[in-house]
Amino acid sequence: MSDAHAAPGSLRSYIVGFVLSVVLTVIPFWLVMTDATSNVALALTIIFTLGAAQILVHVHYFLHVTLKAEHGWQAMSLLFTAVLLVIVLAGSIWVMLHLEENMMPAHEQIEQVRQLP
Amino acid sequence: MSSTTLAPENKLPEAVYEYEIVEDHEHHEAHDSGSMLGFWLYLMSDCLIFGILFAVHAVVGQKYAAGPAPADLFELDLILVATFMLLFSSITFGFAVLRMFANDLRGMTIWLVVTGLFGLGFLGLEIKEFSHLVHIGAGPSSSAFLSSFFVLVGTHGLHVTAGTIWLCVLIAQLHMKGLTAANQRRVLCLSLFWHFLDLIWIGVFSFVYLAGVLL
Repeated sequence: MSDAHAAPGSLRSYIVGFVLSVVLTVIPFWLVMTDATSNVALALTIIFTLGAAQILVHVHYFLHVTLKAEHGWQAMSLLFTAVLLVIVLAGSIWVMLHLEENMMPAHEQIEQVRQLP
Repeated sequence: MSSTTLAPENKLPEAVYEYEIVEDHEHHEAHDSGSMLGFWLYLMSDCLIFGILFAVHAVVGQKYAAGPAPADLFELDLILVATFMLLFSSITFGFAVLRMFANDLRGMTIWLVVTGLFGLGFLGLEIKEFSHLVHIGAGPSSSAFLSSFFVLVGTHGLHVTAGTIWLCVLIAQLHMKGLTAANQRRVLCLSLFWHFLDLIWIGVFSFVYLAGVLL
């Protein structure tokens, strides 16, 4: 057990993972808290890209997922979960956005209520 | 003549086969009984729970029902502090695991206690935020956005609470029985759980807080 974990779980790998995580956390917070850009689409792209990058950093440096661990079942189950998540998330957002388009009157009513003095 | 040369040839593959089985068996014993993989599969199913809650928040996260929006409610400096609490607790847990591999029970216990304190700090900030929101009338029943917010962030908070309780139990077990094989396995399982919760929090602060404030 110690052999399998000692190599990826060295002090150096934890420090590298930590420093990368700090950088990848500070940049999006700085972006939003200082209103660094007025381009919302660009800001969202940066936030989600860095978030995804930090998730990969955690998977590699903290969770020590490798292709060889548990005869490949660890990486395989992670990949399978990722596929399911993409289907659930993309599918839900896609379907519900289309539903919302067909519910426009209700949405407009909410806007009207919000604009009341 | 031919039979004597054939016999070893026939035996050879069998011998290799036996050797492989022995090798494989030793590998398994050195690894563990499979509970690490089982725990990993539990984490993956937990990941699906969070994925569904994220999907719900993606769908209803902007349905404010003429109530307060994220930009009115969230204090990002507090969230940044909470994020760093979790990040620090992740690396201190890593240090604890490294101390465990070095057979240093005392150093390991110290790092685990530090991890628990960071976890408690994170929970304190979250309880503060939730009670503040409920106090100003932005409770879970105010809008679809706040319902899904409280469920998603609350589920993560419950996981951290469970992890902290587990951590306390584990420190007691380590104190009583020392660094036994079972205890080492428990520490590795909890370390997976703890790092996993930090990973989920990346999604929460990116998607719920930062993107929520921008939109």
